[in-house]
Amino acid sequence: MLAQIIFYALAALTVGSAAFVAFSRNIVYSTFALLGAFMGVVGIYILLAADFVAMVQLLVYVGGILVLTIFAVMLTAGIGDVTVSNRAVGTGSAIFTVGIAALVMLYAILRTQWHQVAGFTPAPTTYAIGNAFLGDYVLPFEVASLVLLAALIGAIVISRHEATE
Amino acid sequence: MGGGLTLNHFLVLSLIVFSFGLFTVLTRRNAIGILMGVELILNSANINYLAFAFYGGGKYDGQIFAIFVIMLAAAEAVIGLAVVLAIYQNFKTIDVDATETLRG
Repeated sequence: MLAQIIFYALAALTVGSAAFVAFSRNIVYSTFALLGAFMGVVGIYILLAADFVAMVQLLVYVGGILVLTIFAVMLTAGIGDVTVSNRAVGTGSAIFTVGIAALVMLYAILRTQWHQVAGFTPAPTTYAIGNAFLGDYVLPFEVASLVLLAALIGAIVISRHEATE
Repeated sequence: MGGGLTLNHFLVLSLIVFSFGLFTVLTRRNAIGILMGVELILNSANINYLAFAFYGGGKYDGQIFAIFVIMLAAAEAVIGLAVVLAIYQNFKTIDVDATETLRG
């Protein structure tokens, strides 16, 4: 019962913030609502016994991506010009498309007999994830570092290119 | 898991977040707004990964894929925002309808 209360509180936070991101007319408000969505998702991760992933989400999304997004919003959008800064077009057809997609997926979720294993007791995950990264997943782990290096260099090149000309 | 929560609870939550993310991507004309929608979609995919990892017997593979998704989302956000800033320097706007130089 307690788990249900926590789940519905976190789900309300997540869904409410996501709706605010989707419907807000002001890009700055949208960005700050994204904080609520990310924090709700962190809570959901903890509820799913994924403590390490929750902390990674907190550090990377809230500490990194969100701050970066706020910087980009402040650097580009005409903050005072609220109605233009976050214009939305094609709302009707978008609702139609999203509704069709959501109904199909909801039907698939409710109809499928998912393979489930009962009787699992949550345990701290950091040790096992670290072992997996240096064991079975060592190749993707190393390739990930190359991807991050390429992204770092690419971002510097792209954002400095026009400024120097 | 106690308390009457099932896998479907998390899948439906993920579906709702995904729908809002897709709606954001489809309707926004601000490039940063579109990137925010993409972040919502990636978060909903991660909820699915962790839910299946939890209800599939507590294997760690789902959590590791979620970490890779978070890593790629960080790289995507960095590149995306750098592109947006470069577009802003060229066009003085980040409205994706206004940047149509390549349109034939």
